Amino acid sequence: MTAGDWTDPNVDYLLLQILNGVQLGLLMFLLAAGLTLTFGIMDLVNLAHGSLYMMGAYFAWTLIGWTDSFLLGALLALPATFLLGLLLERLVMRRLYARDHLDHVLATFGLILFFNELVRALWGPAGKSIAVPRFLAHTVEILPGVLYPAYRFAIIVVGALVAALLAWLVARTRLGMLIRAGASDRRMIGALGVDIELLFALVFGLGAAFAGLAGLMAAPLSSVKIGMGDDILIVAFVVIVIGGIGSIKGAFVAAMVVGQIDIVGRAFLPDVLKAFLSASAASAAAPAISQVLVYLVMASVLVWRPTGLFGQRT
Amino acid sequence: MIAGLRTPRGLITAILLLVLAILPLLTQAFDQRYLLSIGTRIVIWSIAAISLNMILGYGGLVSFGHAAFFGIGGYAVGILYANGITTGWIQWPVAIVAASVWAGLIGALSLRTRGLYFIMITLAFAQLVYYVGAGLEAYGGDDGLNISRSRFSGLIDLRDKAAFYWLCFVLFCATLWFCGRLVNSRFGLVIRGAKANDLRMTALGFAVFRYRLAAFAISGAFGGLSGILLANEGAYISPAMMSWVKSGDLIVIVVLGGMGTLCGPLYGAIAFFALEETLKPLLDLAHKGWGEYWQIVFGPMLVLIALYARGGLDSLLGRRHG
Repeated sequence: MTAGDWTDPNVDYLLLQILNGVQLGLLMFLLAAGLTLTFGIMDLVNLAHGSLYMMGAYFAWTLIGWTDSFLLGALLALPATFLLGLLLERLVMRRLYARDHLDHVLATFGLILFFNELVRALWGPAGKSIAVPRFLAHTVEILPGVLYPAYRFAIIVVGALVAALLAWLVARTRLGMLIRAGASDRRMIGALGVDIELLFALVFGLGAAFAGLAGLMAAPLSSVKIGMGDDILIVAFVVIVIGGIGSIKGAFVAAMVVGQIDIVGRAFLPDVLKAFLSASAASAAAPAISQVLVYLVMASVLVWRPTGLFGQRT
Repeated sequence: MIAGLRTPRGLITAILLLVLAILPLLTQAFDQRYLLSIGTRIVIWSIAAISLNMILGYGGLVSFGHAAFFGIGGYAVGILYANGITTGWIQWPVAIVAASVWAGLIGALSLRTRGLYFIMITLAFAQLVYYVGAGLEAYGGDDGLNISRSRFSGLIDLRDKAAFYWLCFVLFCATLWFCGRLVNSRFGLVIRGAKANDLRMTALGFAVFRYRLAAFAISGAFGGLSGILLANEGAYISPAMMSWVKSGDLIVIVVLGGMGTLCGPLYGAIAFFALEETLKPLLDLAHKGWGEYWQIVFGPMLVLIALYARGGLDSLLGRRHG
């Protein structure tokens, strides 16, 4: 088999799984970016970030229903989650910045319960589904003879664009300069006359919008359901811990790594396990083992570098 | 002891313990069997909360993975049961040792980290245990496994609800007593000193890491004990008993009761279950059907507690001396 031999089905399968890993990694990056920014700049542990992911998906479901257009609904859901983020920052988060991490955990845990229950009261207990938009309900030929679902491909494109936008925002703009300054010394930039309250609110709102974007993009692949943000949030925390809290670059690298581990583990572990276990036991155990792998990687990274790959040494 | 009764804290604690001690008699007299099962859960969760309070309240270590010990204690019992070992004389020691060893292992890794890293690594390890539990297809996988209560032949029949409650209560009292002795010992003073300023304790020549690790392992052992009881109470084990929400609930109970206070976990557990049981009917009273959504009220209450009531219920009983 030569390197250019893409018609080999095994190589195609591997490529598709790697792309799925990239797509999952980008979704996790969108979630992790907001988390790592709010922690890096405001020193805030926000467990309720996953609730914003969920709210993004529910807003999108409702707005797509109203506008009868996926694009329009999704575009409207973004400012909606942004505003929800601002509201949350104004009412709760702002009062938490000066507190210790335990207060953050307690308060934002309360917010998770609140949002999960609110969604159940407003949208009902049953999950909702968002259909893949018709203009993306086909496959694209990413390489000669290799087909990939257009919708997943679109997620990769949007995710990569947003990641690039964020990198540009942080590295090249005045807001980014303030964000970086805030991450290294938030009291100093306040003393320099920067409107910290506005900066914090903007960063939180931005993080909320990113989380909402991730939630609504993920929705057509699975379903819109209560607590959908909670499990992925824990993985997003793993991502920022591996990457080093406060580091956007670290979050990106770690999200890509975790995405690969998760998908490739799911796709190939069953085959590996079949060597030792029965077929049904192997396919049942593989998802659990690939989840466990993610945590094992995190533990190894922390043993090696207790502040993550790109974290600041303290 | 008698002098302790003169303070409101001492008096209320004494009354609570007395009511708990005779709870099976009370629930039988008033024909409220349902209250006994709530009481059993309160006592079991109190044991878990006391064990979390040792490291969180006294040690200042925000562990967000304590429900893993529910799971390890419970699964040790369940796995032994499924393999034909029904006697508690083997099940219980194995479960406690397993929980303690696991606590020592994750403690050795997570105590190297600080702050958010510590919160997240403890959470992640608990998730790891959760997914391992969910992956154990032989023991029910996601659905869990029905078991029957541990056998202590001739000594006590755990299927008897009152007897089981009393056993839980006695173990709760033992845990409370042990925790009181521990935190006031030299060992406990080092742990509390490290919470206030671990650099200073290190400078004073204490190997803070080792003390914390030991505290972690002790805490894990009692966490495992609560897991054993929880599995026996429901005669059922499942990954749900160690979901991260349960870890959050345990933190809520510790903070609600009053961190770093001896009886705080008990107040917290009572308040937690009482809130659940009263918010539902209250909301249903306000509007039929709202009771189902009691967490819409409970969630913001946690936010308010975090913001304005850090002392917990214990602080309502007056200032502590010393």
